[in-house]
Amino acid sequence: MFGAGGGTSSYKEIEETNLIVLWGSNARNAHPIFFHHLLKGIDNGAKMYAVDPRRTSSAKFADTWLGLNLGSDVALANGIGREIIAAGLVNEAFVAHSSQGFDEYKESVEKYTLEYTSQLTGLPPEAIQELAHDYATAETAQILWTLGITEHHNAVDNVLALCNLALLTGHIGKWGSGLVPLRGQNNVQGGGDMGALPNKLPGFQNVNDDAARGKFEAKYGVQLNPEPGLHLTLMFEAMERGEIKAAYVLGENPADSEADILHARKLLEGLDLLVVQDIFMTRTAELADVVLPASVAWAESDGTATSSERRVQRIRAAVPPPGEARHDIDILFDLAKRMGHDWGTPDPEQLWDELRDLSPMHQGMSWERLEQTGGLQWPCPSLDHPGSPFLHGWLYEDDLGGRDPAPFSPVVAQGPKEELTDEFPLRLTTGRALDSYNTGVQSGGFNSPIRYGDALDMHPADAERLGLADGDQALVSSPRGSVEMRIRIDSSLVEGLTFTTFHFPDLVDANVLTSDAWDKKSGTAEFKAASIRVEPLVAARG
Amino acid sequence: MTNTMNSPETEVAVSISVDGQAVSVPEGSTILDACTAAGIDTPTICYGPNLTPVNACRVCVVELEGSRTLVPSCSREVEPDMVVQTDSDRVKHSRKMVLEFLGSGVDLSQADDLNAWSEHYGADPNRYGPDAETMNEPVKIEDDLYIRDYDKCVLCYKCVSACGDDAQHTFAISMTGRGFGARIATEFDGVLPDSACVYCGNCVAVCPTNALQFKTEFDLRQAANWRPEDQSVTTTICSYCGVGCNLELHTQDERIVKVTSPDDHSVTWGNLCIKGRFGWQYVHGDSDGD
Amino acid sequence: MADLHFTDATATSGEVEAVNLVLGDNVAVTTETERLVRGGTSRRKGLRHLLLPALHALQKESGWISPGGLNHVSEMLQVPPAEAYGVASFYEMFRVDEAPGHDDDVAHVCVDPSCRIDGADELIASLEAEGKHVHRSPCLGQCERPPAVFIQGRRKADSVPADEEPFTLPQAGDPSLSLLKRIGVVDPMSLDSYREHGGYDALTKALDMGADAVLDELVASGLSGRGGAAFPTGFKWRSVRDAEGNDKHIVANCDESEPGTFKDRHLMEHDPFALVESMTIAAVTTGATNGWIYIRGEYPLATGRLENAIAQARDAGLLGDDVAGSGHAFHLEVRRGAGAYICGEETALFASLEGFRGEPRNKPPYPTTNGLFDQPTAINNPETLLNVLPILLGGADAYRALGTEGSPGTRLFCLSGRVANPGLYEHGFGATLGEIIDAAGGAQGDIAAVLLGGAAGSFVTADSLDLPLTLEATREAGTTLGSGVVVVFNSDDNMVDVCERITEFFKNESCGQCVPCRVGAVRQHEMIVTLGTKPMAQEQRDLHEDMVQVMADASICGLGHTAASAIKSALALGIIGADSQ
Ligand SMILES: Cc1cc2nc3c(=O)[nH]c(=O)nc-3n(C[C@H](O)[C@H](O)[C@H](O)COP(=O)(O)O)c2cc1C
Ligand code: SF4
Ligand code: SF4
Ligand code: SF4
Ligand code: FES
Repeated sequence: MFGAGGGTSSYKEIEETNLIVLWGSNARNAHPIFFHHLLKGIDNGAKMYAVDPRRTSSAKFADTWLGLNLGSDVALANGIGREIIAAGLVNEAFVAHSSQGFDEYKESVEKYTLEYTSQLTGLPPEAIQELAHDYATAETAQILWTLGITEHHNAVDNVLALCNLALLTGHIGKWGSGLVPLRGQNNVQGGGDMGALPNKLPGFQNVNDDAARGKFEAKYGVQLNPEPGLHLTLMFEAMERGEIKAAYVLGENPADSEADILHARKLLEGLDLLVVQDIFMTRTAELADVVLPASVAWAESDGTATSSERRVQRIRAAVPPPGEARHDIDILFDLAKRMGHDWGTPDPEQLWDELRDLSPMHQGMSWERLEQTGGLQWPCPSLDHPGSPFLHGWLYEDDLGGRDPAPFSPVVAQGPKEELTDEFPLRLTTGRALDSYNTGVQSGGFNSPIRYGDALDMHPADAERLGLADGDQALVSSPRGSVEMRIRIDSSLVEGLTFTTFHFPDLVDANVLTSDAWDKKSGTAEFKAASIRVEPLVAARG
Repeated sequence: MTNTMNSPETEVAVSISVDGQAVSVPEGSTILDACTAAGIDTPTICYGPNLTPVNACRVCVVELEGSRTLVPSCSREVEPDMVVQTDSDRVKHSRKMVLEFLGSGVDLSQADDLNAWSEHYGADPNRYGPDAETMNEPVKIEDDLYIRDYDKCVLCYKCVSACGDDAQHTFAISMTGRGFGARIATEFDGVLPDSACVYCGNCVAVCPTNALQFKTEFDLRQAANWRPEDQSVTTTICSYCGVGCNLELHTQDERIVKVTSPDDHSVTWGNLCIKGRFGWQYVHGDSDGD
Repeated sequence: MADLHFTDATATSGEVEAVNLVLGDNVAVTTETERLVRGGTSRRKGLRHLLLPALHALQKESGWISPGGLNHVSEMLQVPPAEAYGVASFYEMFRVDEAPGHDDDVAHVCVDPSCRIDGADELIASLEAEGKHVHRSPCLGQCERPPAVFIQGRRKADSVPADEEPFTLPQAGDPSLSLLKRIGVVDPMSLDSYREHGGYDALTKALDMGADAVLDELVASGLSGRGGAAFPTGFKWRSVRDAEGNDKHIVANCDESEPGTFKDRHLMEHDPFALVESMTIAAVTTGATNGWIYIRGEYPLATGRLENAIAQARDAGLLGDDVAGSGHAFHLEVRRGAGAYICGEETALFASLEGFRGEPRNKPPYPTTNGLFDQPTAINNPETLLNVLPILLGGADAYRALGTEGSPGTRLFCLSGRVANPGLYEHGFGATLGEIIDAAGGAQGDIAAVLLGGAAGSFVTADSLDLPLTLEATREAGTTLGSGVVVVFNSDDNMVDVCERITEFFKNESCGQCVPCRVGAVRQHEMIVTLGTKPMAQEQRDLHEDMVQVMADASICGLGHTAASAIKSALALGIIGADSQ
């Protein structure tokens, strides 16, 4: 969003906002403690909309749930934008002063009338209108999203469509309003902060920005490639073309977590060299030529993590690592040494100071301050800077300080890549359970009384048509493959939509089914929309 | 255009007298806050820093000039020029009696704070004889995560508030019944795994008497191997989702034995979810999970 | 809002029907289309007050609050099942256990003092011999006709057998009285009859005078509350009028459960329109638009008559959007309690009506600013409210002609126990205890003790017969008028048993919220049971004193404050625990 990739708002703000639009996010399960803040907001009188194909446990807290067609998010956002314009509810002063490209945007959404949007989304026109008016007239309003927005082939479009709404209404750059992507995994935000993105240096400085890159080159005495690298999905494509022959995987489990998993595994197996550094013997590690056992990064080592509100906090070791396991840093440094570079033996604080030196937004976050404050929110450019509770306050300054006004980004609605066919007539979407996490390598460690296991949730009418009852086994197939799954009847689903979690790859390889369509702009795969067929397995009925 | 960098907060100070000492605290503070500001230690049971006061235990009562009865300091907001006594005979008497009443009916063997206060005020639960009615409840062990030992329950409502409006909004448990027969329970006193409970453990974290106890602690205590004096606490960040919850890892013999979260951190306010609270076992390679 | 989670238990079709009849369109979550569902916190909160009526419907249908039925109610109202169970298990009239007998009517038989000394045990024995399902009940508010019974019907209306008998009140219809003059004279089912007897003249006058003048008149009259705490009514109403809020409430506290009290029942059964009229006056005076009559569940006759009165008044334009053409809106509803003495305490009453456990809360804030639904609320006892009519019609000066400077006007007294003519009596404040007993035909036998003010009051002995029954004189004597209870015991009565029962009453009726009362009430009961007829040792006396003090000082509400006062007086006066019994 207009530069640095982080949520604009602090958790505290949602407690004080007037309108909450939770869009494609089941934060009640995926971000339970963030949801506590959201609940305070509701208790303080905020109105809440949930926009999600499923009436999730989060949506059940909403005043209004809008169950849009899977993948029709851009259509809905454009329809809301058009209605705000048509109803004369645009924040004119803000648009004139702080944005650019309004006219193009207006033109681009012109065709998204309430009726047309209703056709695309499956939502009643009045409901779309109501949300548009509530959002535009609220004093403060936040739009929040998670993977329901980003795990689509047009993920970046989805995000931009929402950003447009914030610009239209001025719901950004002030306390209580904002655009909040909730980070799905611990320190995804921190990874981005540190430049673990193909096109970014630490501190969200662009690789192709000569001045920024120059700082790093000067510091390290090397030339850096000015071309952005490949993101994950492109890497797999490059493997397919034979351009990538070796991979070094740190703490990831792509052999279980990638969409269209059978294909991904084949590509990993086909590499000349696969090195995996992990704390678990994951499925990916099983495919590896070399496994480097790391210690538990967490609980056994020191460092920092950055949260969804851009708060950098200290991670501390509580117990010594087991057996021969080693810290990630030590392994990397040893490797460097073998390659002829002695990086010495810096401790985590020294590494952190190195980052502060190079990343202006982290400059003010000394180790000592992080200890004292319980975490600081970037940007925090100097030691006397308190950190930034929310971003883009400059949009509300009389003088934009030489910055370009924030751009509208017209986007076009496209449905999911994978069309429903007679052969694969049901939609499949995926999500998280409360007590489990990703592919379950960590959360499998304890006995959760509420763990259900991966099942295929479906609407009673679909189940009836297929002759399936709750608890039955069924063969679930997509154009990519088939798995056996248990059926769970869920009347809160819309007919034609099915759902599963993806926490138990050892039991159910749900990602065998998911789509390999991916977003060219961000590199995320379309986990959220595949097409499937379900057939009863008679034997299992017993 | 105005740029509001922060939520608007205006602080007005209110002055009151506590034990003859002038104390000034922000408007909206409680008498308890004022006592704390004056350096006066006050016993509390049902009060919790992140919980709406229910003022049920009455151990924090103070004498307020002009009030016929004693008032609960934990919930009573300060008003200008209040005159408060925290150590009068009436106050000491009520505090002693509350602790004595509790001691006569509840197993306080693991409620260290309460026991210290009981000693301070000279509470003598034995005055009610050996036949005094007690909670008389068996330990409920229904899963591997935490146990409920209502013999130790002082009915302070904290778990109910933490499970309900004040944090978790799950409402798996409620106060049920009435009078001395009141108990914390799920609907129809069903077992926890069949209830709405999502095992966040936020109730366990606020329980003042160890009536709610992590199973790890319970097992170590059963094995006579719970040694708080040999434990250390490390604050770190949860390794699961990206919210950035602060975890306090309590370790004994280089193993994590329980997980809490700081009460005063703006991310969690002491609360966690099942993953942060119980998801640490993989660290020790205990994969007895299913 | 909560993560609602339901067990597998499902409601019977009868339960679903019964509950849905009560709720009508009021459900917390509505599916408008397959893709548009409305719900949310504010809707759920707005419907919570329907929980108690819904539980009543379940109990009537199934004879208990079944898990399936509870699930259905919880789902319709989006109340977490654990909370709904917490509420159901709070009340005496709701069964939550699986023990057999759900199909039976339940005979609630009063075991409190007036009935206890007059046939309760025998009645229970004979009913049980007949195979009836008997529940030992606290005071049923029929102390003048012991032993009292209330039949909780299964799939049929609740009833009180004594209501079938012709009703007698010694002073009924005496035109010189101000509160009882219409009793037995007016037709309680007819608005016309009420009007013929001066009904609604006071409302007309109040509307003529305007709110300020009404408040001035009330303050000048010196009227104080008759529910027990004797708070000046004029000030209460003025506070509500002055309080900010556009959703103010008037509540009539008709929970009448103080042992020995039955006055409000007579007023409601025989002059129901007077309560409706006086509440309407309260509404137009304070600016309240909603009114609630919270009546104890054991008063079926009064409930029916009040509902009829409200319907007739509404049809006549005396309630509703435009009261008597005045432009004031006032909507009035009856809500039934479900068997819990504590729900007479005003803040507990609010909680109960709102659909929560009837647990009192600490004051301040007071109901006048933070009452029902957290809105400014005037809550009054029916007797208090009925006094407003003569005050407005006759003026404050005329009202003050009776009674004393500190206790103006008249007072209803509930006489029961060992008197010749038990019943309800109206006397000017200031009549002595002896005079009042004489007016009821005198005591039967030697007076051993008189319980004044109910279980929450205190005992006096024959030495106090000259005590003038005013607020000031009783306060000075260390006793109380409470709700006007006068129970007379003679030397044949087993006072140890009576005192034991009083301690048991508080043990059962404590809401259990605060430690001093929850545990104190149990320890006091144990102490008196152990004592029996023995003399009480000094150590035990000291211990009781300690309990009295902490309960009075540190309990949340009036129940705890007074739960030890009757026993304290009994010990002090040697009624129990004396050296020579
Ligand atoms: C335990 C307890 C029970 C009470 N029960 C009643 C009752 O049944 N009826 C009543 O009018 N007031 C009752 N009260 C008093 C009410 O709290 C309140 O003071 C009264 O309704 C105010 O009305 P008034 O000012 O007209 O008396 C009770 C108080 C306590 C502490
Ligand atoms: S663990 Fe969490 S959900 Fe379960 S009872 Fe405790 S607070 Fe409620
Ligand atoms: S279980 Fe613990 S927290 Fe809950 S009421 Fe009992 S003592 Fe309080
Ligand atoms: S004094 Fe008794 S009845 Fe009143 S709140 Fe306390 S426990 Fe409940
Ligand atoms: S701590 Fe104040 S009443 Fe319990």
